[in-house]
Amino acid sequence: MTAISAKPKVQAEPAKRVQFDNALLPWLFLLPQLAVIVVFFYWPSVQAVQSSFFIEDPFGFGSTFVGMANYADALASREYRRIASFTAVFTVLVTFLSLAIGLLLAVKADAVIRGASAYKTLLISVYAIAPPVAGLIGMMFFDMHIGPFVQMAAWFGWNMQVGLNYFDTAFAMVFVSVWKQIPYNFIFFLSGLQAVPVSVREAAFIDCKNGWRRFRTVTLPLLMPTAFFLLIINITYALFDTFGIIDVMVKDKPANNPITLVYKVYNDGFRGNDLGGSSAQSVILMVVVFALTIVQFRFLEKRIHYG
Amino acid sequence: MASIAIENVVKTYAGGNTAVHGVSIDIKDGEFIVLVGPSGCGKSTLLRMVAGLEPISGGEVRIGDRRVNDLDPADRDIAMVFQNYALYPHMTVRENLAYGLKNRKTPKAEIEARVAEAARMLEIGQYLDRKPRALSGGQRQRVAMGRAIVRKPAAFLFDEPLSNLDAKLRVTMRAEIRKLQKRLGTTSIYVTHDQLEAMTLADRLVVLNAGRIEQIGAPLEIYHKPASTFVASFIGSPAMNLVDARAEGGMLWFGGVSVPLKGAQGPVTLGLRAEDLRLAAPGEAAVQLRIEHVEELGAQRLVHGMFEDQSLTIALSPDVPLSDVVPVALPRERLHLFDAVSGKRIEARAPVFA
Repeated sequence: MTAISAKPKVQAEPAKRVQFDNALLPWLFLLPQLAVIVVFFYWPSVQAVQSSFFIEDPFGFGSTFVGMANYADALASREYRRIASFTAVFTVLVTFLSLAIGLLLAVKADAVIRGASAYKTLLISVYAIAPPVAGLIGMMFFDMHIGPFVQMAAWFGWNMQVGLNYFDTAFAMVFVSVWKQIPYNFIFFLSGLQAVPVSVREAAFIDCKNGWRRFRTVTLPLLMPTAFFLLIINITYALFDTFGIIDVMVKDKPANNPITLVYKVYNDGFRGNDLGGSSAQSVILMVVVFALTIVQFRFLEKRIHYG
Repeated sequence: MASIAIENVVKTYAGGNTAVHGVSIDIKDGEFIVLVGPSGCGKSTLLRMVAGLEPISGGEVRIGDRRVNDLDPADRDIAMVFQNYALYPHMTVRENLAYGLKNRKTPKAEIEARVAEAARMLEIGQYLDRKPRALSGGQRQRVAMGRAIVRKPAAFLFDEPLSNLDAKLRVTMRAEIRKLQKRLGTTSIYVTHDQLEAMTLADRLVVLNAGRIEQIGAPLEIYHKPASTFVASFIGSPAMNLVDARAEGGMLWFGGVSVPLKGAQGPVTLGLRAEDLRLAAPGEAAVQLRIEHVEELGAQRLVHGMFEDQSLTIALSPDVPLSDVVPVALPRERLHLFDAVSGKRIEARAPVFA
């Protein structure tokens, strides 16, 4: 019988290490990856940092070294600070709303589809729609002539003028940005929820009567790795990937429209031909994002339990 | 602590599938009941209905004098130990133990006292500040049991709690669960598919088959008097030999050997425990068994053989010499008779004078 089988002595295996005879070989293996990073990330970054110290001739004939003047200009400009604070508000709103709504939908869906894999596949297939298409559809909601939301707003006496009115444009921007990001968050939250073992939930059912408390003390902590990942992805999305939405909404429209810092970098650099100033702005943005990420990893990640 | 009454409990799924057909069990206060049966027999479903994790389609479950059909699991005053432990992975052992008490607004000092007591009882004191993933399977199972006992519930529900442990640990934990339950005197329902576990743990066994109770009784009672061929083949290892025989004119005929027996007529199924069969003495009426293969278990040896087209297993002492064909005598006092069609036990007995 199996009872005789002695307990095998388990020894901690030393981490498997591949030994290379030639010291150059591992670098050779890394080379393609390093090349991609250098060409598409480090090189442009260095270029940006470099050109941020120069004023470029608008026709590209030469450039003058100006030191920190581009940075000083940007930071001193009232317009820049106004856009920066809009960007902050925009990012917080988009990140919070798309995470919150995504989580809410995921929790509701999870309660229904435990085990029903066909239904799950159906819900997840929304993700297969290309994001630009989704974004375009979203923006059509707010079209001044055919947009259904504009009509609905009109019923309540709200004369919505996206592209003309600062607040209306900001509203539409946040709305479409959130709308486009919800499916992404939904899917990650849903799979995170489905990964919580059934028996752990059931144990919690026996230990805790209150559903909200159960969610807060058992489900949510187990969901935190997913949530943390999504937080970083969503902040990055709100800061950078909303460019397309903003572009469609404010392009060829009067100047008094909300834009984010990334859009201003593009505006100043490629519309205004101020490469130096726009480089300085993008360096500032880079530093901010870098700092934000460090803060998140330092202070948030410590409190997360990875399964 | 409380008695549990399960009355005509039915579980029907949305698709019309019935997993449990009107099961009734009366469980006395402090009793250790084991539900045993093959997978899919409805034993876990029944346990989960008592726990409140599965809605009850029909019938009634009472814990103490409360009808609990419509109560939340948290209000039923039960604690459950799961097969895969179901510890909260993000909490330390201490937090795991305290979680259920905290949610019930137990005073802090009392929580601490109860956690300390459970930790001492289960010898997990030194792991209190570790997370479950830093524990071995056996330690996790102890924590899971600790989580149940700190609550001092009316009943413990065990859902195959030892299935994930290795064989050796299973034997030790089995003994510990029994000791702990005796000491606390808490009514317990324990689900397992392992008949050995069932035999060793239970005050009373409930053998389930396809959502119905086959037999309820003390382990030895079931072992010695199985109510059906199903129970006979499920309880006991090796499984009871079930062979075709004939009862005629007060005699039971099996392979040319006859034994006087009253109370049966016509074709019957004859049940013979391997350990009740022995080699026949010279001159004694015997079944000639052709040996097919032999399993050496050390303390005994299981000899599998064929007689005509029926297979028989006998348990012999390892020092009995074997040949290709051995004579096997029927144990007159230890015959089990079952109806050839329904498989139900027939109460028949050998006359004393025989």
